[in-house]
Amino acid sequence: MIDEKPQLETEQLDAARRRVLQGSLGAGAMGLAVGAGLLSPQALLAAWPEAAFKAKDQAAALSELLGSDAVETSDAINIKAPDIAENGAVVPVTVSTDLEGVKTITIFAMGNQAPLIASFELAEQAAPFVSTRIKMAKTADVVAVVQTQDGLLSNSKEVKVTIGGCGG
Amino acid sequence: MASNIKIRAKVKNGETTVKSLMSHEMETGMRKDKKTGELIPAHFIQEVTGKWNDTVVMKALWSGGVSKNPYLSFKFNGGEPGDTIEIAWVDNKGNTDSATAEIS
Repeated sequence: MIDEKPQLETEQLDAARRRVLQGSLGAGAMGLAVGAGLLSPQALLAAWPEAAFKAKDQAAALSELLGSDAVETSDAINIKAPDIAENGAVVPVTVSTDLEGVKTITIFAMGNQAPLIASFELAEQAAPFVSTRIKMAKTADVVAVVQTQDGLLSNSKEVKVTIGGCGG
Repeated sequence: MASNIKIRAKVKNGETTVKSLMSHEMETGMRKDKKTGELIPAHFIQEVTGKWNDTVVMKALWSGGVSKNPYLSFKFNGGEPGDTIEIAWVDNKGNTDSATAEIS
């Protein structure tokens, strides 16, 4: 996907992307879903925190998503990701920890236009472990934020990206 | 429509590991069509639910920043061979898919 866009277009694309982000895309997508007469789309989509996913920085995203951006660094969180990712479109990331009572695990790619990638709500039975594959626009830290009863803890790992994977 | 979700679930030492692959384009809405110059509309999975029998053990909220044809793995304490694992998703257009598999 990433190799489809010549470098020269970057500026233009950025501008267009900003317009879209600021514009009616979110409303349009939501409208589509509702208009299609789907089974209670509000109920299904209301939980999706649009503002958090559109936030341009981690603090804003965390505030929207978890109600706080007070994060302490913790070595108890393990992030498994490649040191160098040749293809930013597919970067495997695994987050695990020995911390007790983990409620959510949230993954950020700090170099992305919208850094919040994914957030996982874990039930009591769930082990504090998630693994997925993410897109990274450029070399940046992958940050994992773990929410326990005691607050938010985070750790980060830099991933060098050879070819960006966000189409911009 | 046949489901496009693949699930593997295995229990070992009382802990079940679930691995799944979903088929989805995961279009961010920020990418341009090379030929027309138009932005390709966003189309990505927003929510994934992982169930063990009738219990939701994991709920994921995603952006278009999750890679195309998403891979997801999670673990939980418990599970017996033969128990049911269900993975279901809904995307930003309201499309849904779900699949079940037995723990082995």
